[in-house]
Amino acid sequence: MLGFLKNPVVVTAEINVNLMALTVIGLISRLWGLSYPRAVVFDEVYYGQFVSLYMKRIFFVDDSGPPFGHMLLALGGYLGGFDGNFLWNRIGAEYSMNVPVWSLRLLPALAGALCVPLAYQILVELQFSHCAALGAALLILLENSLITQSRFMLLESILIFFILLAVLSYLKFYNLQRHSSFSGSWWFWLLLTGVACSCAVGVKYMGLFTYMLLLTVAGLHFWHMIGDQNLSNVSLMCHFLARALALVIIPVAMYLSFFYVHLTLLYRSGPHDQIMTSAFQASLEGGLARITQGQPLEVAYGSQITLRNVLGKPMQCWLHSHTNTYPIRYENGRGSSHQQQVTCYPFKDVNNWWIVKDPGMQQLVVSNPPRPVRHGHIVQLVHGITTRYLNTHDVAAPLSPHSQEVSCYIDYNISMPAQNLWRVEIVNRESDTDVWKTILSEVRFVHVNTSAVLKASGFIGASLPEWGYRQLEVVGEKLSKGYHQSMVWNVEEHRYGKSQEQKEREVELHSPTQMDINKNLSFMAKFMELQWKILTLKNEDTEHKYSSSALDWITMDTNIAYWLHPTSGAQIHLLGNVVTWASANVAALVYTCLSLWYLIRRRRKIYDIPEDAWQLWVSAGGICVGGWAVNYLPFFLMEKTLFLYHYLPALTFQILLIPIVLQHLGNHLCRSLLLKSMFSALIVAWFSSVYLVYRTFSPVTYGEPSLSVTELKDLRWKDSWNILIRKQ
Amino acid sequence: WDETHFGKMGSYYINRTFFFDVHPPLGKMLIGLAGYLSGYDGTFPFQKPGDRYEQHNYVGMRAFCAFLGSCLVPFAYLTVLELSKSLPAALLTAFILIFDTGCITLSQYILLDPILMFFLMGAVLSMVKCNSCADRPFSASWWFWLSLTGVNLAGAMGVKFVGLFVVLLVGLNTIYDLWDLLGNLSLSLVMFGKHLLARVLCLILLPLALYMAMFAVHFTVLNKSGPGDGFFSSAFQSQLIGNNLHNVSIPEHLAYGSVVTMKNLRMAGGYLHSHWHLYPEGVGARQQQVTAYLHKDLNNLWIIKKHDSDTADLSHPSSPVEFVRHGDIIRLEHKETSRNLHSHQHEAPLTRKHFQVTGYGINGTGDSNDFWRIEVVGRKAGKLIKVLRSQVRLTHVATGCILGSSGKTLPKWGWEQVEVTCTPYLKESPNSLWNFEDHINPKLPNISLDVLKPSFAEILLESHMVMIRGNSGLKPKDNEVTSKPWHWPINYQGLRFSGVNETDYRVYLLGNPVIWWLNLVTIGLYLLIAVSTAVTLKRGVQLRSELKELSRVVLRGGGQITLGWLLHYLPFFMMGRVLYFHHYFPAMLFSSMLTGITWDTLLKFCTGFLSPSTTARKVYGGGFLALILLIVYSFYLFHPLSYGMVGPMASDPSSPMAGLRWMDSWEF
Repeated sequence: MLGFLKNPVVVTAEINVNLMALTVIGLISRLWGLSYPRAVVFDEVYYGQFVSLYMKRIFFVDDSGPPFGHMLLALGGYLGGFDGNFLWNRIGAEYSMNVPVWSLRLLPALAGALCVPLAYQILVELQFSHCAALGAALLILLENSLITQSRFMLLESILIFFILLAVLSYLKFYNLQRHSSFSGSWWFWLLLTGVACSCAVGVKYMGLFTYMLLLTVAGLHFWHMIGDQNLSNVSLMCHFLARALALVIIPVAMYLSFFYVHLTLLYRSGPHDQIMTSAFQASLEGGLARITQGQPLEVAYGSQITLRNVLGKPMQCWLHSHTNTYPIRYENGRGSSHQQQVTCYPFKDVNNWWIVKDPGMQQLVVSNPPRPVRHGHIVQLVHGITTRYLNTHDVAAPLSPHSQEVSCYIDYNISMPAQNLWRVEIVNRESDTDVWKTILSEVRFVHVNTSAVLKASGFIGASLPEWGYRQLEVVGEKLSKGYHQSMVWNVEEHRYGKSQEQKEREVELHSPTQMDINKNLSFMAKFMELQWKILTLKNEDTEHKYSSSALDWITMDTNIAYWLHPTSGAQIHLLGNVVTWASANVAALVYTCLSLWYLIRRRRKIYDIPEDAWQLWVSAGGICVGGWAVNYLPFFLMEKTLFLYHYLPALTFQILLIPIVLQHLGNHLCRSLLLKSMFSALIVAWFSSVYLVYRTFSPVTYGEPSLSVTELKDLRWKDSWNILIRKQ
Repeated sequence: WDETHFGKMGSYYINRTFFFDVHPPLGKMLIGLAGYLSGYDGTFPFQKPGDRYEQHNYVGMRAFCAFLGSCLVPFAYLTVLELSKSLPAALLTAFILIFDTGCITLSQYILLDPILMFFLMGAVLSMVKCNSCADRPFSASWWFWLSLTGVNLAGAMGVKFVGLFVVLLVGLNTIYDLWDLLGNLSLSLVMFGKHLLARVLCLILLPLALYMAMFAVHFTVLNKSGPGDGFFSSAFQSQLIGNNLHNVSIPEHLAYGSVVTMKNLRMAGGYLHSHWHLYPEGVGARQQQVTAYLHKDLNNLWIIKKHDSDTADLSHPSSPVEFVRHGDIIRLEHKETSRNLHSHQHEAPLTRKHFQVTGYGINGTGDSNDFWRIEVVGRKAGKLIKVLRSQVRLTHVATGCILGSSGKTLPKWGWEQVEVTCTPYLKESPNSLWNFEDHINPKLPNISLDVLKPSFAEILLESHMVMIRGNSGLKPKDNEVTSKPWHWPINYQGLRFSGVNETDYRVYLLGNPVIWWLNLVTIGLYLLIAVSTAVTLKRGVQLRSELKELSRVVLRGGGQITLGWLLHYLPFFMMGRVLYFHHYFPAMLFSSMLTGITWDTLLKFCTGFLSPSTTARKVYGGGFLALILLIVYSFYLFHPLSYGMVGPMASDPSSPMAGLRWMDSWEF
């Protein structure tokens, strides 16, 4: 109890001054003059709008990645007291006074600065010398492109930070593995690996590749453990379960929790609502929820409904009809039925209302008690305003001649009978007797006579000509090849019809809906939908002034102009340290060649280097070259617009390789003392050139001081660089 | 169905007209050859699926494909026999392939797939044979199988690019093999060098040579101009008899008043084209469309005019000829419609960040937005511009953008021609370079331009670029329902070969569901067995000798086959092009072989526990018999799919097939 009286409480602290110094310098280099320029820089214009939406709690969908990164940026805004009122419309626009620029940019900058000590630690954990570790940290510190990227409200530096953290914690964990399995710190580092991985994936999907790499490495290490005969089966099982928990289950749970927080924070409807299904929209405050609140849930005979096409492309639209008829002859000479047009209309309109009618009865009101419509029932759909029946027949549709025309039937007393019976098929039913539910049920309408399916032909250019008011075409699809969203509809607005007479009914259709019922989607349903939309949403724009191809990155043939001072020549570019990039490439090349050489010689039982040095060499290369490859090569398969900054994670790994290769060369290939000292001299010379290049380019990295035209021209070391020079 | 495609191409070979297809030529050449030998005269038009053959002699071509398709069974049998040394396993595989309705359907018609699968299985078989000859290297049989592997690889590559995956499989196997040899210290480095050389010779040089020979034959046979001309560059076209560039003699230098066609330099780029139709409302300004068109057409003709004067005086026979020079500002008038090539700051129809290009003005009078500066790449100002050989860039004077073709296909209103835009990004790319192809100017002397003749290597490279572009251009349209790779192994949806309506004779490509689901289950089972075996061995458990042999078969033989399956299946997930169900069939072959091996192993392993040998043998034999009976019975059920059915659709409950419609997505 009173043990501290006998033995004094002693706190021994071990401080690695190198590490401290590096951290401090890193912080200075990244945080210096952080709120300059006080203007929107490059992609801040893109991420900024999401920060604003977070501040206003408005729901959005961003197809560029999961929400964790955006949330971190928004956290910066929250801490700085940002109210979200800024119009993010133009790169270079001045920030107004309410925007806390410094705190918005703080988190990325901190993450960028912490990459420096992380690099140091990783090299130490890979069991290279402190000198090599210092070199790696300095190279990261003096890398202009990393500095530029960390100093603004962008996500790459955060991504790199989490990637490095994941690698470091895995290495720490692995080094602890040998002597202290299942100890506290062993668990700590193992869990941290999983957490950092999920954070990396949560910031950008690029993080997935590093996660896969670490999983592979962990798998390999475990495979070696299986071969270890000293371990019992039970302890192997424990090891396996611990890894599965920390490296698979926890990341998945974390990833889900990002979305949970995202969906909890954003509860108001906003600009991207229409991408989502009606059910999702109804769960947001405002927007559709205001309309649908209090609708009856089950669709019954006599219900008045609007039907929304589930596809929502090229725009959301509702099944619509109006008194105009199809022209007797189209422009290209084909004939039509000359019956009333049925279209898909992208706006809310009273003509979007339809009434569900039982073919066997005349009445258009809901009986008491209501008779719900179930899967497989046959119904007629009556257009509310014109009281005509939805019909399709063997007449070619106006734009898609191989499909059937859909019309509202007019009896011209010619030999064209009404074919207006439709079978309701609930696509997402749980049993075959499911009731057709408002919003939740996704329904197909199968025509009874021809088994054609009601479909909105949602291709681009599906809008009808002048006579159809440019509304979208609706057809009966005869050859329905499986499930497609364009053939599925859901009820959006719904009420039980009460008026017998047409006049009353029109008044009723014009009045807003009311009644009470509540429906909420579960979190998992929302998550699945949002995740699916994020993965499948495609941006159309595929060209950008500063976009580049993946092959340009290795040699840094492109740059990106981030910002230009409105009057002077001060400007900020994403431009790397040329010497570092070149040396990193050389290091990767040397590493590959040397490894191949060693590998082949070892196969012939010739051992050039000692076994432990070989193990170090392999594990270091596996992480660094592997990290480079997994973060770089996938871009060759991607079809999206690529920018130089996509290369930065790969570059970070490549930079870490430089000191590894150098130390190896110094230790194993420079045999004589003379060679060794020459080698050290070379390294010093090379390092100073790295520093000099950093100094030369720092004006376009930090955006100050402003350079004159000739100075700028001197900086244009490659013809393909795009340095902005103001015309005098 | 696709017979219209490949049959037609066979006819082209017989008629020696040049055509273009996204696949390499070997498959179609073989079809053409088979047709030729069986007396088909190449006159059937192959216009749309379902046309009757009438009196045309088509059986030869079908028989040829069917013969290659039936070769798959012995090939698979021998491969499995070699890998597992077990007759029942090989028999099971053979039965699966014999009784799979999908394989039967696919090999009955004039298609590339039976030919591809023939070479593919041939390559796998000879690779496996060669491996088993490894104990007596450099013997005659070793050389035979090794070079046969090479020949088959070339064949597979030459039919479809999917053959690349089997090349990869053989490559990986060879690397593994060499690595093994390298570790064998009893082998001297010289011997290792010999091994290496033999493989380089047989597996790299030989296939390459064959592959090139194939193209050489292709280009020599097809020496008449045909429908594929427009896909290729001007230099290429000059090789084809009947093409207007063949033995061409045209004025060499461009002059004002000349009538020209302009071809985009992008591989498979089109001609600058315009027609009377206007851009629809909502797509930029409502002016005349300008597109790139791959075929030759009168609407591709343009007249070169000076920007500041009309050509009325130029066309006068007495006026002097004035040449166009690098850096001149010109106007291009469309000959048929007399509108000027025009651009302005409206967004282009598809590439929103570019400017729209239109035809504007009446009878050649337009405005200052019709002025273009003509520049030759890598040339100084004032030089003349050569027809065909100069690479030309047209810069819009008012906005500074460059005329280019984005390569995207316009929707219906643009007749599915290729979009032409004016790009404000001044990047150098073949998209924005053009050359002049036809050139008509009565006042200039015609010069024969034979110098153009491209070398074989250039032709080869170009035709590959065109094929690759063509392949990646096969994108699914916006709303089309396409087949997804995950549909395939579960036999989710078939492919309608012929016949839609109730009265037609219908053939439907669908795997025998029992076999396919058995294959699917087996893959999971195999993974389970393989992992547990590997872990057991890694833990150092001592196994009895038969079990050791079994585990070797599982890991080595099964591993090879699984690798083949993965290589022929996974890449499809990353492909952006339109995919069809029949793309899975190569992978299905591997998966069937795996089924044979896995069930054999499983049954042997189970019988290993039953000590009395008679019961063990009974269980083993009974298991196999049950599997085979199951397969045969399911074939009996489903055989109408491939041999054709008449009568009501299966979705109709009165049809005899209604009970067999196990999945809603099947449509027979």
